[in-house]
Amino acid sequence: MGMTMTQKILAAHCGKDTLTAGDMIMANVDLVLGNDVTTPVAINEFNKSGCDCVFHKDKIAMVLDHFTPNKDIKSAEHSKQVREFAAEKEITNFFDVGEMGVEHALLPEKGLVVCGDLVIGADSHTCTYGALGAFSTGVGSTDMAAGMATGKVWLKVPSAIKFNLTGSLRKNVSGKDVILTIIGQIGVDGALYRSMEFTGDGVANLTIDDRLCICNMAIEAGAKNGIFPVDDVTLDYVKEHSTKVPVVYAADEDATYDQVIEIDLAKIEPVVAFPHLPENVKTFSEIGDIKIDQVVIGSCTNGRLSDFVAAAKIMEGKKIAKGIRVMIIPATQKIYMDCLKLGLIEQFIEAGCAVSTPTCGPCLGGHMGILAKGERCVATTNRNFVGRMGDPKSEVYLASPETAAACALTGKITSPDTI
Amino acid sequence: MSITGTVIKYQDNVDTDVIIPARYLNTADPKELAKHCMEDLDKDFVTKVKTGDIMVAGNNFGCGSSREHAPIAIKESGIACIIAKSFARIFYRNAINIGLPIIEVDTDIADKDEIEVDFSAGTIVNKTQNKSYEFKPFPPFLQNIISAGGLLNSLKEEGATNA
Repeated sequence: MGMTMTQKILAAHCGKDTLTAGDMIMANVDLVLGNDVTTPVAINEFNKSGCDCVFHKDKIAMVLDHFTPNKDIKSAEHSKQVREFAAEKEITNFFDVGEMGVEHALLPEKGLVVCGDLVIGADSHTCTYGALGAFSTGVGSTDMAAGMATGKVWLKVPSAIKFNLTGSLRKNVSGKDVILTIIGQIGVDGALYRSMEFTGDGVANLTIDDRLCICNMAIEAGAKNGIFPVDDVTLDYVKEHSTKVPVVYAADEDATYDQVIEIDLAKIEPVVAFPHLPENVKTFSEIGDIKIDQVVIGSCTNGRLSDFVAAAKIMEGKKIAKGIRVMIIPATQKIYMDCLKLGLIEQFIEAGCAVSTPTCGPCLGGHMGILAKGERCVATTNRNFVGRMGDPKSEVYLASPETAAACALTGKITSPDTI
Repeated sequence: MSITGTVIKYQDNVDTDVIIPARYLNTADPKELAKHCMEDLDKDFVTKVKTGDIMVAGNNFGCGSSREHAPIAIKESGIACIIAKSFARIFYRNAINIGLPIIEVDTDIADKDEIEVDFSAGTIVNKTQNKSYEFKPFPPFLQNIISAGGLLNSLKEEGATNA
């Protein structure tokens, strides 16, 4: 019986010729990731277990991105703990304020993940790197500690849902609309424990940023990972960013899938996920007049250069609506610099937006844009759970950068098609 | 091994942001985390929970963030076991890795029911409703992690770490 693309990467990382869904394996990892929220717990576990040295100082990445630049004393203590551990263990890929970025935008940009890698991260959005043809999945802090100590992770081999993509996206529609539409269709547990394998002729029409955004939110459908086949778009990106050698895996012709779902990219419209689940997806024909208080454009989902280019195009020469706050948060320093060089930062500030150094900040209700009771935010982030961005009585609406920019101009939930 | 406890019941899609909101993630101290456990879903949880209570929920329990602080907060608050129709996968592995017993089974257990869970037999007896339910025990691989008292201990026993 054939294997899925995910199963082939897993087999190669545990020395097996074949694997079947449901097998339990101990797999070798190419990279272990943690951030300033999850790494302190991992360090405590690592130290408690009596471990001394890490399995490989080049194969661990620590990114201080969540509550940084530190928002309070306690979070500063956490960053300090990670900083000291990284120095003591000589962790090569430690990223502090000034060079850090939102981890899942930063790691591909730094060339730390390439095709065929197996990556675990103590952050649920680690599934992002499937866009590069890697197996990557979110784990907890104890898994991170065990990964740092042994270079291994226990995994249950997943079955998969195949998404056969055809056609290409129309104007004002991007990767975010694709993944939100899919989550709206299958639900927040629609891919529970499984891989979401994207394939088909339509893949070639998606940029690497679209693919990163789509894989990023696979966890929002409950998936273990999202993954795209490797093509020229992937290889060009990897060659530009990394010196590591990519290893290309492809699903077997006779691989079996739990389900095959056809997605015509041309039919996807701008959508918004309403509170308080990412599956509450609506198209604009179903959306009435909804006034908002804040817009956030950024995050590991949509904080890449193309996201700001798209938002700036919608906002070009215009001012944001009176009475709303708009946060622009480039996900890495490089993206920030590229935005500067393109004149986008000036344009955003002229329009009335606030621009921030990279941080996960508002996405998880950390800092840099917390909502008060009753306030509404349209965000290009990934979760709209109760209290996600602040008060439990506040509301988060998830959308693409194009839609978020349109909302910034009107102060209401607005389709980019109307601008 | 078996435990008996009173049920605290929740619905589908209980996410880790409501189990422990991010505004409290600036600490890793289990006692501090437990003070705010379930706060955005059920602010009375911390006052009503007793050591040995059993949490029961619907589908996709623990969805969202990978924060291990979520199962840590629940365990520290005294919950002896979580029973849900299904668990989000990161929460599932986090609970196993920290030694918080979880059971995946579809039941009609109600809030405040008294139930007895027998882990080795794979049975749950609902004393309030006079019913019983069966569940599949963990596969041996995961059973080893749990009986060793968590992932790092089990790896140490296997000699897989440098400790």
